[in-house]
Amino acid sequence: MNADDTVLELSGVTKVYPGSPVVTALDRTDLSIGSAERVAVLGPSGSGKTTLLHIIGTLERPTDGIVRIAGQEVSALTDARLSAVRAYRLGFVFQQFHLLAHLDAVDNVAAGLLYRGDTRRERRRAAVDALDRVGLGHRLAHRPAKLSGGERQRVAIARAVVGRPAVVLADEPTGNLDSASGAAIVALLTELADDGTAIVVVTHDPDVADRMDRRVLMRDGRVIEDRLVRSRAAAAEVTS
Amino acid sequence: MSSQPSLLARPATGHPQVRRSRLRIGDGFLAGAIGLRARPVRAALSALGIAIGIAAAVAVLGISAFSKANLLAQLGAEGNLLTVTAGQSADGSAAPLPLTAEGMVGHIPPVQSVTAVGLVSGATVRRTAAVPVVDSGGISVMAAQPSLLATLGGSVARGTFLNAANGNYPAVVLGAAAAQTLGIDQVPLGTQVYLGGRYFTVIGILRPVPLAPEIDEAALVGFPVANSLLELGGHPTELYLRATPEQVPAVASVLPFTTDPAQPEGVQVSRPSAVLAARAAAKTAFTALFLGLGAVAVVVGGVGIANIMVISVIERRAEIGLRRALGGTRRHVAAQFLAESVLLSLLGGAAGVALGALATAGYAVTDKQPAVIPPTAVAAGIGVAVAVGALAGVYPAARAARMAPAEALR
Repeated sequence: MNADDTVLELSGVTKVYPGSPVVTALDRTDLSIGSAERVAVLGPSGSGKTTLLHIIGTLERPTDGIVRIAGQEVSALTDARLSAVRAYRLGFVFQQFHLLAHLDAVDNVAAGLLYRGDTRRERRRAAVDALDRVGLGHRLAHRPAKLSGGERQRVAIARAVVGRPAVVLADEPTGNLDSASGAAIVALLTELADDGTAIVVVTHDPDVADRMDRRVLMRDGRVIEDRLVRSRAAAAEVTS
Repeated sequence: MSSQPSLLARPATGHPQVRRSRLRIGDGFLAGAIGLRARPVRAALSALGIAIGIAAAVAVLGISAFSKANLLAQLGAEGNLLTVTAGQSADGSAAPLPLTAEGMVGHIPPVQSVTAVGLVSGATVRRTAAVPVVDSGGISVMAAQPSLLATLGGSVARGTFLNAANGNYPAVVLGAAAAQTLGIDQVPLGTQVYLGGRYFTVIGILRPVPLAPEIDEAALVGFPVANSLLELGGHPTELYLRATPEQVPAVASVLPFTTDPAQPEGVQVSRPSAVLAARAAAKTAFTALFLGLGAVAVVVGGVGIANIMVISVIERRAEIGLRRALGGTRRHVAAQFLAESVLLSLLGGAAGVALGALATAGYAVTDKQPAVIPPTAVAAGIGVAVAVGALAGVYPAARAARMAPAEALR
């Protein structure tokens, strides 16, 4: 992995939550992720996984340290600029899907482009394409309530990738799904990397972790293990 | 790389400067509308306060505008009607004016028209002779000239008015209130009333004459028949006249002497439009009161909307978190909730305007008058609704914008 390939870089990132007692969720964490990498972040509850994901996702600011996303140092950015980083560079997939109940699948996916100022027509066109790619071309006009859990998460993935982000961040994406749906979701996520999008998945699910190329194990706010499971070439074979 | 079809096109290579987040105005309102669509009943209920307030204001303004239009019609837009009486004689009945009065007054140059009526004292009007005298219902009998209607701006609701021909016969035209008292609302041939000791044929019924309510309570007969059958003696008791509007005060000042040169001090001149104007002023005070009540309802409605919006913000934490994750700025989130609040209030305002217009129309229809809904009241109603919605949305929107995205998503 050369330097240009790096889409995400954390160095010395610390996150302390004030209060009593003071909680140090992340403690001088370093992490570097290249494009098209598939990273599983593992660890027990309270180990700082979710905080790490939020900081990578610019949803939270670190107390200390440097975060670079697609080469841009984000800690000095205003809130509006951080929002722009999310709008253009990042995609999110959540355990609870977080779909808007009163919009159909197309509008839910199109919401992924809402804050870029594209016209509704452009957004919906891109959304239909993205839904096609996640295999929901036949469910365009369905509202979330009419979709199965697996289908909902596919809609959420389509929303995350419709803007072609550099990094997709997934927080327990299979947590609310049965194992068959979960496997399909993981397969879908791993395919994303084939196009150069980096995937960071926070998970408890060993099946999910097994499908990623790299495992980052956390405990007490520190990375205690960072292991390349397989090369990307080998990973490509696995997904095929 | 595998040869399978690409899930995604490659992300943009290199690291170009990230652009700013942007939300189109229309999309902001669309996002706001989603909140309303999600809970339509709640939206309708919370918009109700605004609707009631605006409806009250529009209806009051509409009805008072309508009354004003009505009043202007009554005044002939000029208020140039004058009445002349000789005051009361010793026994309390209307004193007669000199026989020459009408002709003399008609010669005052600014006087456009003049007409005389003569009160037949002691005469009663009953449906039949069998009705006791005490039940005469306070209807007075007056002799009138054919020119009365033109001078007063009155009109006939049914039948015809007195003219040169029927004035010689026992024919009577009933004022609006008198007809109602007698229970007569149609004038088929042969309708009769018992008037001054004999039967008179009813030939017409008048519409209300607001400038001369005494006509409404009267049964009108021709002067010739009043003289021959009712012993009026030809003396008028009251003159109605219209003068050139600019000359009204001047005419009023010369009227007593012109009317009765022998006893000018006994002549009373009045201007009925002044009475109506005073009544209108009293109505304006009521209008202000109702507008005030409407304003209170609107304010309470605004507080209700603010309240509902705060609840909505709390309930929709996850959505706010999601929107921030999708790249929405604090400003975008605030704009969405502000738009929702404005839409909610606008909905109430529009419903209120419609309701108020309906009430005005209903009022006008029962009065058989054209409805007047002032465009300014409609515009003000909508404007107030938007302003109240914006104001009510400020705090909830700020609260939504302040939410930390990571917290909201947890």
